[in-house]
Amino acid sequence: MKPLAQDPTLNDFGHDPWWIVLIKVVVVFAFLVVMTLFAIWYERRVVARMQVRPGPNRNGPFGLLQSLADGLKLAFKEDIMPKLADKAVFFIAPVISTVCAFTAFSIMPFGPVVSLFGHKTPLQLTDIPVAVLLVLACSGLGIYGVVLGGWASGSTYPLLGGLRSSAQMISYEVAMGLSIVAVFMTSGTMSTSGIVAAQAGSDTHWGPITAPSWYAILLLPSFVIYFVSAIGETNRAPFDLPEAESELVGGFHTEYSSLKFALFFLAEYINMVTVSALCTTLFLGGWRAPWPISLWAGANSGWWPMLWFTIKILLLLFVFVWLRGTLPRLRYDQFMRFGWKVLIPANLIWIVALSGIKTLQKSDWDGTKRTMVVVGVVILLLIVALVWPSKKEPEKLTVADQIAARPDGSFPLPPLDLVVPVNPRAKRITASREEPVTVGAPDDSTGPKEA
Amino acid sequence: MTSALHLVAAAAAAGEVTTGEKAVFFILAPIALIGAIGMVAARNAVHSALWLVLTMLSLGVFYIVQAGPFIGMVQIIVYTGAIMMLFLFVLMLVGRDASDAVIETLRGQQAWAIVLGVGFAGLLGTGLARVVGSLKVVGLEQANADGNVQGIAALLFTKYVWVFEISSALLITAAVGAMILAHVDRSLRDGTAVMSQPERMRARFEPGSYPGPKPGPGVFATSTSIATPAKLPDGTPAQRSISPILPTRELTAAEVANKQTEGR
Repeated sequence: MKPLAQDPTLNDFGHDPWWIVLIKVVVVFAFLVVMTLFAIWYERRVVARMQVRPGPNRNGPFGLLQSLADGLKLAFKEDIMPKLADKAVFFIAPVISTVCAFTAFSIMPFGPVVSLFGHKTPLQLTDIPVAVLLVLACSGLGIYGVVLGGWASGSTYPLLGGLRSSAQMISYEVAMGLSIVAVFMTSGTMSTSGIVAAQAGSDTHWGPITAPSWYAILLLPSFVIYFVSAIGETNRAPFDLPEAESELVGGFHTEYSSLKFALFFLAEYINMVTVSALCTTLFLGGWRAPWPISLWAGANSGWWPMLWFTIKILLLLFVFVWLRGTLPRLRYDQFMRFGWKVLIPANLIWIVALSGIKTLQKSDWDGTKRTMVVVGVVILLLIVALVWPSKKEPEKLTVADQIAARPDGSFPLPPLDLVVPVNPRAKRITASREEPVTVGAPDDSTGPKEA
Repeated sequence: MTSALHLVAAAAAAGEVTTGEKAVFFILAPIALIGAIGMVAARNAVHSALWLVLTMLSLGVFYIVQAGPFIGMVQIIVYTGAIMMLFLFVLMLVGRDASDAVIETLRGQQAWAIVLGVGFAGLLGTGLARVVGSLKVVGLEQANADGNVQGIAALLFTKYVWVFEISSALLITAAVGAMILAHVDRSLRDGTAVMSQPERMRARFEPGSYPGPKPGPGVFATSTSIATPAKLPDGTPAQRSISPILPTRELTAAEVANKQTEGR
């Protein structure tokens, strides 16, 4: 499938009359605010579902208005300024966070060129040749809000949260930037609309099979590293060390209340939406419909793509929530080691490998030479794998061996053949039930019937 | 905002100064200047850093307006995003109350610094204005012919590849040097050995130091008295479940003996 004529290019931007620009700005703003309200509800409902409880279900249908009510409540709460706070910086920190979060979304492509009140305009606020870098710049500046908020609070826990946040941001922005490099190399552009167009369909065919066009498949390592570092960038579980509630109370926003806290909250959720949208744009084909829907001719034209784009964002948000509901928080040194010693080296190796592949593809060598290069690389890898020092697996001991190996003075264990006497009260409780409840028994036949 | 910048950038590529570019310049130039002065004047180190961030951001926007979007974004990402963040990190480690001493160590130093600074700025400004003022700008279109990023990449990897490699080698040398100079042997602190985290973890579970909570007195025991030790899983009494200040009480023979209180 060739890119369609309605695909916006860089030349399509910058020609809108001012009122269309204004409409787009307002729509992007409204989209982000509504997505935030929805994402909070969505997260609470999904986590609740995972923990077998209903979640917010009182205000509005399915509890949908819960976050709106919470937001209104936050706005009317008392605004507390700590005595030791640095007043100006304390005030400006949440503003920085929020402004950067909103700005980053200005280059997200929602869809193709559509007709808006008679004007042909792309469904995207703007695009620049270095659009993806704008998102990186905004996320880099957005961290200032967190760091300064922590510093200006004049209290220990927020300061620790801010410190962690700055270190975390420096480490994970490197991994994030490197993971995007592979996308730039493959698509040959940094503009978001260009990257979406580059994923529209590929010209490479291997016999009857067309090469996949989504960069999530073509550049799988980049996709995985991007998503992991995006979670680190947005301070989400399991990387939410700047606001680790079990160690730092609330982290950088401990001293914040009322509307300032609400701004931090808003910025965090917008950042989640932004990295999901960028992930969609860079790796998941942007606003283009996925395969079964794309068979329908009208799927990638008009206003429909906005729907596919939003659905993809919501799916990625689900993964965010899923991770939060599943994984415990990392210890700080593990987190840093993971970033610097796993993500970044893996990324560098992958980029070098990818450039090798690209060079091989572009070279005018014949088949034998190419095969020889590939075979040579494979042999080199095998040699490295052979020479690589292998880690000796500790041999597995049986339970009895482990007990025998315990030194004297260890905490005593109950005897292994211990028979726990039946609790005399347990009989009365189970006897009053119609069917005996077997807890922890594999099946009814072996479980205690009456005990 | 960015679409306006786009227009401005397009116009700048054509080699003329548009109203938009002028407006951006006359709004941001004073801000950049205020940032620079504020950086020097601020007493608090973190405030200084923030003023500097303001100046760097303004410079980044100037680059973008002058048809160099890549260098503008890199200015914002690298300088404000990474380098100033490292500065802030260090400043925050130092502590928030650390501010410059107000006492002048050299007498009249501040006044002289202001006079000389203004004089230098005046000289530099007039010199630059005389040189650049009548200059006709050419070649921007050719440089950005294949796109701004592609133009920079072509230069970096052909004409300036050697300079680029040397500067990266210099940076790596500096980083390695800083690490060696700042490295402290952490196995010793104040002359005493410091246990590493895995060592501490192993010590925590060594025989004799059970890391779990202490069993309360009377747990699984025959009596609920606080003087009765708890029983460990194998049935032995856990001595550490009793408070050490409780006197061990043993009944005397007279106390144990039948008091003959029945059937009186």
